[in-house]
Amino acid sequence: MIDKIVPSAEAALADIPDGATIMIGGFGNAGMPTALIDALIAQGASNLTIVNNNAGNADTGLAALVGAKRVRKVLCSFPRQTDSWHFDRLYRAGEIELELVPQGTLAERIRAAGAGIGAFYTPTAFGTRLAEGKETRRIGERDYVLEYPIHADYALIKADRADRWGNLTYRMTARNFAPIMASAAKCTVVQVREIVDLGGIDPEVVVTPGIYVKRVVKVATTLRKAA
Amino acid sequence: MKKLDRKQLAARVARDIPEGAYVNLGIGLPTLIADHLPKGREIIVHSENGVLGLGPRPAPGAEDEDLTNAGKEPATLITGGAYFHHADSFGMIRGRHLDFAVLGAFQVSVAGDLANWHTGGEGDIPAVGGAMDLAVGAKQVLVMMEHLTKDGKSKIVERCTYPLTGARCVNRIYTDLAVIDVKPDGLHVVDLVDGLSFEELQRLTGVSLKKFLTAA
Repeated sequence: MIDKIVPSAEAALADIPDGATIMIGGFGNAGMPTALIDALIAQGASNLTIVNNNAGNADTGLAALVGAKRVRKVLCSFPRQTDSWHFDRLYRAGEIELELVPQGTLAERIRAAGAGIGAFYTPTAFGTRLAEGKETRRIGERDYVLEYPIHADYALIKADRADRWGNLTYRMTARNFAPIMASAAKCTVVQVREIVDLGGIDPEVVVTPGIYVKRVVKVATTLRKAA
Repeated sequence: MKKLDRKQLAARVARDIPEGAYVNLGIGLPTLIADHLPKGREIIVHSENGVLGLGPRPAPGAEDEDLTNAGKEPATLITGGAYFHHADSFGMIRGRHLDFAVLGAFQVSVAGDLANWHTGGEGDIPAVGGAMDLAVGAKQVLVMMEHLTKDGKSKIVERCTYPLTGARCVNRIYTDLAVIDVKPDGLHVVDLVDGLSFEELQRLTGVSLKKFLTAA
């Protein structure tokens, strides 16, 4: 019997080694798997490479991981925000590396990894400093930049519902990077609000099929949502 | 001359967004356009984080942390709206499916080069988000900005001195002084605020402008 449900976030992350590359879902706080990140901080792995759209907001979630100096490098599109003080401080001190990637290129590089694509040409960033040093090619009337996939050892994501096979649905814009990150990592760990019986998710509405998911953890939700 | 304030500028851009358009409104000034879209027109607002049919800000107390706009502020979804993941969202952008992207800018060049992501200053932490994707992807890229910097220099320039977001990507510039189309043969002024002459706009702008004023 396939059962991907694990009893705790601690158990789900126990084998993450120092130096791992970890994708973390979320766009700001929407979709951020905060319980998994807290467990990762407690677990102690360091020298991590993190892939996220941002580099942490305020003092919780990814910001706390960065603030705890567990992160060697961040790949993201938008590190600088009014409340990104942990990243800002370490970046200015030269203690964290940044690979800045345009948001759509970040998404497509993640998607490409999950879909077995070796590289792709995108028009984004052509003629800008974010394309410096990269191969370019004129195809038809347009210029393109060659970009490579981003693979990860782990993806930590948040979903709304799961079954024991790891089929997932999401809520609203919390979906953001989660489905593509799930496909791009060797081991995808999901925190969910609710676990339902097999068959409890309409197959027509499954967003992430369980083939991409290794471990599912139910987390007591503190979701602040409209009544 | 009567410079447009931020709301008037937003209303001026909104007036030109037609029925049925799919449009992305950039973070900052362009976000204001949503409040001024003409009632009675069905216009679908795209948000990079995975929304078509973005609605207005929710009432206090009705926020949902799972539903935000691209600026990470609480948002709503209009009836008929849809959610999708990030690769789909940017595929939509790069794949030329959006009719308009409205972006803020530090500078726009005569050739339509756009600089809006980085001042290039020493010690500044760069952040780009989806700006470069929108600049190359939307069918029409509209820029919305103040015409002059705080110290009175034109933000429309011969060549951008700030790092580029995209080359030759801007189609039209809306400022608090004028509406200017970027064409292969140069900049065409199509609208001026009340009390501003073409000659005065030319003097303030510095780079060569062509007069193509249409009836107000």
